[in-house]
Amino acid sequence: MNRTDIVDAVYDACVEILKVDKADLSEATAFADDLDADSLALVEVVMELEERFDLRIPEDELEGVATIGAAADLVAGHLAAA
Amino acid sequence: MSPDTTPTASAADTAEGRTAPADTAAERVALVSGGSRGIGAAVARGLAAAGHPVAVGYRSGEADARALAASIEAGGGRALAVAVDVTDAESVDAAVTAVEEGLGPVSVLVNNAGVTADGLFLRMDEARWRAPLDTNLDGTYRLTHRVVRGMVRRRWGRIVSLSSVVALTGSAGQANYAAAKAALVGFSRSLARELAERSITVNVVAPGPIATDMLAAVGEDRTGALADAVPVGRLGRPEEVAAAVTYLVGDGAAYVTGAVLPVDGGLGLGH
Repeated sequence: MNRTDIVDAVYDACVEILKVDKADLSEATAFADDLDADSLALVEVVMELEERFDLRIPEDELEGVATIGAAADLVAGHLAAA
Repeated sequence: MSPDTTPTASAADTAEGRTAPADTAAERVALVSGGSRGIGAAVARGLAAAGHPVAVGYRSGEADARALAASIEAGGGRALAVAVDVTDAESVDAAVTAVEEGLGPVSVLVNNAGVTADGLFLRMDEARWRAPLDTNLDGTYRLTHRVVRGMVRRRWGRIVSLSSVVALTGSAGQANYAAAKAALVGFSRSLARELAERSITVNVVAPGPIATDMLAAVGEDRTGALADAVPVGRLGRPEEVAAAVTYLVGDGAAYVTGAVLPVDGGLGLGH
């Protein structure tokens, strides 16, 4: 699983949950500032990724995950450790 | 997991899939814990009459739960009896999965399962203290936590928890039960704030003394005294509590959340 696939998965989760256009997304896209995602929506995105990659991400690791790139890093870290 | 967005897909296709929002009661599956008798059974009947498919949760009342489900089906509704011990997380998970597979994703949850373990506080050991907390409060946590994700994804839900008039008035001999019932208010109101933007309302119904097995257990003298203390002058009926739950679950109550609705004949008025 390379990083591009992971970033793509985050894009897909955002499209599905936040109803945004994939074309508008980049790794720098910020969930709250750019996509107007509330904390509940961010949790939904993370849960979608947990399901897709069969992971469990602890609550406290979500702190400071502000951008798509950061979310991809979080997932990549867990996949590497798995 | 790809989203299912075809307009004709039913909500039962995928338990947590993103389908079109359920628009009618028939698509809003209700799960009532402690549904085999008393208030729970009346709630199950009331929701079925309002058009909801109903899962009747039971712990030991299997025969009653099955009979209730059968009578709902005989009347043209959809129902199933499901074993659920709310003090056991695995049981809760298995039960909700069974409901999802048998009726569809849970959109309405009525946290009704409850026990008392009365006694003067002076002699209340830790086991007796914990019993109502584990069933009434922690059980509500387990069941709610298991279904809330689906409600969030489908952007609609109703969570109604059964508290009690004693939650706010207090009751000698019921420090544990009253504590558990009061806790449901803080819990429900917090959840109401978190989930409001997903069209999920979270409310509490606070019954007074209702004519059920749980109340009969305290003895005739005490229930007589209770009835006299109630401004309306009698015990309540399970159907009267069920009517409040049915109201809160309906579209008409979409603007009601974090409410504590007393059905107590005025016993607790002033809170």
